[in-house]
Order: sequence, then structure tokens, then C-alpha cells
Amino acid sequence: MKEKPTFLQPILELRDVHFYYGGVHALKGISLALHPGEIVTVIGANGAGKSTTLRLISGLLKPRSGKVIYSGSDITGLEPEKVAALGISHCPEGRQVFGRLTVIQNLLIGAYLQKNRNEIQRELDRVFDIFPVLKERRRQYAGTLSGGEQEMLALGRALMSRPRLLLLDEPSLGLAPMMVEAIFSTIASINKEGTTILLVEQNASMALEVAHRGYVMETGQVLLEGDSVQLLANDGVKRAYLGG
Amino acid sequence: MELRPFIDYFSLRRLIYRFVTWMPLRWMTLAMLLLLTGMLALAQAFLNPYYLSIIEFIGIYIILTVSLNLTNGFTGLFSLGHPGFMAIGAYVATLLTFPVARKPLMLPNLPAWLAHIEIPFLPALITGGIAASIAAVVIGFPVLRLRGHYLALATLGFIIIMSNLITNLRDITRGPLGINGIPAATTIWLVFGWAVITVYVCWRILNSSFGRALLAIREDEVAASVMGIHLTKYKLFAFVTGAFFAGIAGGLWAHLVTAITPRTFWVPMAFNLVVMVVIGGSGSITGAIIGAAVMSVLAELLRPIETTLGLYGLIQLITATILIVILIYRPEGIMGHNELNLAALVKVRSFGVSRSPSAPEDAKEGENRRRT
Amino acid sequence: MAISIPYIIQQVINGLVLGSIYSLVALGFSLIYSILRLINFAHGDIIMVGAFLALFLSSSALPFWAMVILVGLAGCLAGVVLERIAFRPVRTAPQVTGFITSLAVSSFLQNLGILTLTAQPRTLRIPDFLSRITTLGPVGIRNIDLVIPFLAIVFAILLNLFVRGTKMGIAIRATAENLQVARLMGINVNKVIVVTFAIGSALATIAGVMWGGRYGQVDPLMGFIPGLKAFVAAVIGGVGSLPGALLGGYFLGLSEVLFVGLLPPQYSGYRDAFVFGLLLLVLLVRPIGLLGRSVEVEE
Repeated sequence: MKEKPTFLQPILELRDVHFYYGGVHALKGISLALHPGEIVTVIGANGAGKSTTLRLISGLLKPRSGKVIYSGSDITGLEPEKVAALGISHCPEGRQVFGRLTVIQNLLIGAYLQKNRNEIQRELDRVFDIFPVLKERRRQYAGTLSGGEQEMLALGRALMSRPRLLLLDEPSLGLAPMMVEAIFSTIASINKEGTTILLVEQNASMALEVAHRGYVMETGQVLLEGDSVQLLANDGVKRAYLGG
Repeated sequence: MELRPFIDYFSLRRLIYRFVTWMPLRWMTLAMLLLLTGMLALAQAFLNPYYLSIIEFIGIYIILTVSLNLTNGFTGLFSLGHPGFMAIGAYVATLLTFPVARKPLMLPNLPAWLAHIEIPFLPALITGGIAASIAAVVIGFPVLRLRGHYLALATLGFIIIMSNLITNLRDITRGPLGINGIPAATTIWLVFGWAVITVYVCWRILNSSFGRALLAIREDEVAASVMGIHLTKYKLFAFVTGAFFAGIAGGLWAHLVTAITPRTFWVPMAFNLVVMVVIGGSGSITGAIIGAAVMSVLAELLRPIETTLGLYGLIQLITATILIVILIYRPEGIMGHNELNLAALVKVRSFGVSRSPSAPEDAKEGENRRRT
Repeated sequence: MAISIPYIIQQVINGLVLGSIYSLVALGFSLIYSILRLINFAHGDIIMVGAFLALFLSSSALPFWAMVILVGLAGCLAGVVLERIAFRPVRTAPQVTGFITSLAVSSFLQNLGILTLTAQPRTLRIPDFLSRITTLGPVGIRNIDLVIPFLAIVFAILLNLFVRGTKMGIAIRATAENLQVARLMGINVNKVIVVTFAIGSALATIAGVMWGGRYGQVDPLMGFIPGLKAFVAAVIGGVGSLPGALLGGYFLGLSEVLFVGLLPPQYSGYRDAFVFGLLLLVLLVRPIGLLGRSVEVEE
């Protein structure tokens, strides 16, 4: 994979972001950038601050200092619903579908900000094309779905808003290997249709396989960054995250 | 020529600061007690009965708020049950001190053993306190398992049940009419004697390993129980001790007002106590005292306006408004979790500066409040 | 005391009437609780606000149905104002702070009532057609006793259609289940909360019209105990569950009336102790209530 031309404006940029959980310095100056059309992955061990980073982007948490820039405008500390309105869709860790709503209601809530009924229908059809099983189960309560189906629903729900930027938090968590393969190939195809993706994963080998570039985080800091190919070849990464 | 004060303000402050930091705590306490005794003696000598009774009410409120703080402030158990325990203390003490000669007139259907009993005030008061603590054991054992606002709801239910029982047990309580002509046995010395005992007991509890266990429960119940703190035992202890003093305060109240009805010890009383604790700063003994004094004085200042203009409800309306404003702008109250300390007071000059150290934790708690 | 069939039927109807009122109040209470985890004590005093509004409007020439709608709209407004002024500023504070705030709002409303309208009870007159008696088989029933359960059921059905079928309703349910993720979907939580307060308060004011009309008297403290009992109903049904609130309301209304109506008269004074004893029992034995889901009551 070749280096992206630098004149291209990043769609998302974090500049020296710090965050504290109570007295714990959880993020110690994170800087990263995503360019339009990329899949970028953030890998690292549990507690490295990966999910926190996503929550800071989507506005669920507010940084102590530093900036979050989206399409050239400062969105630091913006309310999550306003961030969502700008075209950023955050698919949270552990899926978190609305178990007491039906599948179709979950999807419609995903398109909450879309007013145009035809647009909503088009998105619904697209999601049903990608995940036919959701169409079969559309009247079922989301709480009754299997883990893999819930992951599809969470992804589908995130897609319903036609995001420009998709934040994915551990989509492979707790899924069977077959299902992981399927989810990752779906992620790749979503990206091919033009959605920029920031993917947080513990499953580093899968993530680096699908991503263009990657960041390695440890204890609240970015340790390494580079093309996926470079990272996959890096001895330190191999040892720490790829079980090599 | 410039006028110079004899001792300038800052060196005076430094002098007082040196003095209060140098003086040993027990001397300090002794000095404060002497000061209190002197002030009470002066009050008794020069004030008319109306003002004297206001001071006595303040003393009773101090007993109530300081003892309520044992659960609500220090252990983090939000109880509204104090009026229920007051009611028990008040009725028990009243039935014991009421002159045998007048009992048949006031309460003709009293059981024989109660009709022929009359004991002095102090033992009657203590019996009332003990009765209240027994009730607290019975109620507390099951109810203290509940959390947060469910505990508050359950203790509110307790107040309503108590008041309903008192209203209906007419033979002993004369129902909604209440009992009047109770001996006016409450004196300013008794009230403040008990107030000092309450403060002393709570202070001793807080500065013991027992008190630290209570604080640990407030900060993190799960962590406290993992550390080996027996939750039920400690919670019950705080609840029962608080109820004992509430019972005492109820007895003092009855023998100060000389009349009690079930409605005296009802929801507005619970509300007023909560206001005092919150405004003073839940988690501080001195805060509770300040809260009790400030709100009682405020009510008395407003009372002439309420009665002369016929604006009934004004005092409670203003109290409620103050509470809402405090909860929004200074939820930790005047004192927060800090104690009023003469040395610190002289040094920083205003309470406002000594911010509650737990503020960030509170914020975190708010964040964790929601189930995700 | 002779317990005849007509007597029992009459008691059951009384229970259904009381249960209808509890249900309407409990629905609003549960709705607000499900979003904010707030036990809103002031909710009962909205009953009083509704009853007084009905009292003022009853002297006008408005038809009954128009009055109910008008009172409901005023209730929406009251709920929105209270949420904005008192509850929104303490929303992120610890749970108990919200609870104390609601106590303060309750005391504020009661004393505002006493200050402006005096504590003197007043009589609320209802239109003649409501006090007329319809004969059904062996019993004669006042029309109002039929109208109250009918209206309560209609409002419960409307509320059900709203939360299941409309975009806002689904957003409310999503927010109740997971507030954080709801925000990620772009749902404006402030708007959701305002809507729940508006709906809940409208239902409570309408319950107030019913209470005032059925029992005749209106005074500033009238809402407190019925409001608390509606909370008990909501707890019995399972706090946060709408079907639970409905079920709990009717269960409590019926059992309270039957407790008074079927036991010897010397026990009837203990009805409040009975209701709150029931509350303690439910909290201790099955804190999630009949239809509740979340177990967050206990340690």
C-alpha cells in the first residue's frame, strides 16, 4: 500500500488528546489522522485506551485537552447527537443493540436523523442486501438474536445513517471464527463503497489484514504507526499482538 | 498623618491562628462548652419565653440533623424515617410522664398498666429513645438492603405507616386529636445537654474504626464488603443510633410544645430535616449544626411575615426554593464533607474556599449512574 | 354487615375507578423513571394541579371533553417547565440528588397552592350527565364511574400506540434501554426527556380531573398521598414498565378498596398502612415488581 498524498485533507484528526478517568491519566496525548476512503485500525491490549479514543471522537467523553478535527472543523466536546448528525456513526463495543426493540425498529432508530422516507427505505434495502438474515428476523426482538446476528444488526444500524465515517469498536468480540471472517469481509466491502472506517480491534491480525494503515496503542499512548504491511512485518507487533 | 490601627488586621489574625492551633483539642472543647453554657445561661436570664423556645427548637433540630447525618451523610444511606422514630419517642415518653391523675380524662381507654404509671422525665425520655431504636432494628433489618432512592421510598412508607397506626390506635394515642397538656418538662439545659451528647457520640463514632467503616460503605459499598466490612451490621448500627437520638428529640419536642398529633411527625418534618442536612453539607457534623441553626432562624424570621400578611405556606415555599437552588449550584452544601475548624477558618477566612475534595468523584459517580 | 352481590359489584367498580386513576399516574411515573432513573415525588402534586385547573375551568362554559383536553395540555406545559427549571440542572448529579430535588419540587407545588389558593378544600362540580345513574342489571352506577375507567383505558392504549408505533415513541424506548447508545444514534436526549415529562404530566393532570370529579374535593395537599400510592402501584407492577404500571395501578386500586370494603369497619382506618405495608413487602420480596426487568434496587 502506497503512502497517501499529503495534500489530501484528513477526514478526521486527533491532535494531542488527553483524557482522565477520575485521577487516572487514561490518554496521554493521542494524535492520529484518517484520510477519506481509508480503513485505519487501532490495535492494542485491553485497557490501552482504544475504546476511550472512539468515545472521545463520538462525544460520549470529553477530552481534558487536545483537539478533535472532523472535515476541517473542530468538533472537540460536541454532544454525541450532534456528532452523529455530522455523519459519524459509532458502533459501540459489545454491540449494544436495543434488545427490547425489534430488529426493524433498531434499524429505523439508526436512521433517526434521516427525515426522507424514501432514503430510509433505500438504506433499509441496502442493509437487508448486506445482511439477509436481518430481513428474515425483522419482526423479532433484538434481544433474542444470536451474538453474530446482533453484531450484524449493530453494523446495519450504524450504516442506516449513511455515515461518512464509521467508528467500529471490537466488532469481532465474542464471535465464532466463521462469523469473524464474514464480518470483516463485510467491513471491507462497506469501505469499498466509500465509507471511511476507524476500526478498533484486539484481533490484530484480522484487523491489519483488512486495514490500510494502523496505529498501535499501549497504556494511553500511540506506540507505533504505519502501513498495515509494515506493521504486520514489525517484530515487536508480531511478538506482542500476533502471537508470533 | 496616616491613621494606624494598634494591631493591624493581619497580625491579629496570625495571633488568633497561632492560639487556636496551639491549644490542645480537649482544652478547645472545654472552652467551647463553657462558652455554650455561658450563652445559654445568658439566654435563660434575659430572653423572653418565645425566644427561649426558638433556641430550644434549634437545639432539638441539631440533635435530629446530626443524628440523621449518621446514616444520610456518613454511611450514604438516604433515610427519611426520622419523623417516624421521633413519633415513637414522643408518644412513649408522653405516656410515661403524663400525670396519672389526668390520664383517665385524656385517655380513658388506656390499658391499666399504662394508666397507673408515671415516671420522671429523663428516664421516660431514654425509654422513648430505646423504643425508637428497637423499632429501627425491626424496620432496618429488612429495609437497609435497599439502595439509594428505594431506601428513601421505603422509609417514607415507614413514616406514613407510623402516622397511620398512631391515628388509629385511639386508646393509647387519642387518634388524630393528639395528646395535649403534656408536662412542660423540657428545659434549655436538657435540650443542649442532649445536643452535646449527640454531637459527642457521632464525633466519637466517626473518629473510630467503626466510623471509617461507615465512610468506606458510603464511598464504595462493594469495595467495603470485599474489604471484609459486614454491611448489614454497620448500616444497622448507624440507623439504630440515629433512631435513638430521633426518639430522644421526639420526647423533648413533645415536652416542649406540650401537645402532639400524628401530623406533627409527618412528611414535612422529614423534608425539613433533609433540607437542613443538605444545606449544611451532608457528611459534616458542624455542617448539620449550621444547617439546623440557619434554617430554624430563617423560618422564625419569616414567620411574622407569614402570619401578619396571611401568606401561609410562604416559609415552606422559600425553604423548597432554597433547597432547589442549593442542589443546582452547590450540591455539597455549605460544608461539604469538611468540618468547621477554627484554625482553617481564620486562615482562609471563608468556607467557600475549602472545596470538597470529593468533587471529581461525585462527577464520576454521576457518569456511572446510568446503566449501559 | 351483609355482603351481597350488588355490594361486591359496587366495590369492584369503586376499585376499578381508583385503579384507573392510580394507573394513569403510575404510567407517567414509570415513563419518567425509565428514562431518568428518577423517582419523581412531584408527580403526585401534578394531580393537584390538574384538579385545580378543572376547578377553574368548570365555571366556564366549556364542554367536558374540551376541558379534559385543555387541562391535559396545561399539564404538558407544567411538566416541561418543571423539567427545565428543576430537574435538568441536576440530571448528571448522583441519583439521590434528583430524588431530593423532586421532594423539594413537591413541597414547592403544595405550598404554592396553599399560598395562592389557601388550604381550604373546595368542591369540584361535574356536569350533570356524569352524576346520573345508569342501571346495569342489579346495580346502579354513576356515569362518572364508567367514564373514568373508559378514559383511562383509552389513554393507556394511545400511550401504547405512541411508544410502539411512532418515531418519537421508539426513540423514548431506545433511550430508556440505553441512553448512551441512543445518543450515538443522533437522538436528542433533552427532547426525549421533555416529551416524557410532558406526557407523564398530562396523564397526571387528567387523573387529577378524575380524582376531583369522583371524590368532589380539591385542596393543595390532595395529590401527595394518591401520588405516593401510584408510585407504590408502579413499584408493584415493576418500575419502568408501562404494562406493569397499568397492572399495578388496577391491582392496588382493587385491593385497597376491597381491603376497606370487605374487612370489618374497624380496620378501614388502616388503609394507608396497608398500601405502604404492601410497598415494603414488594420491595423486600420481589423488588423488580410483577413485570419489572432491571434489578438495581438492592445491593
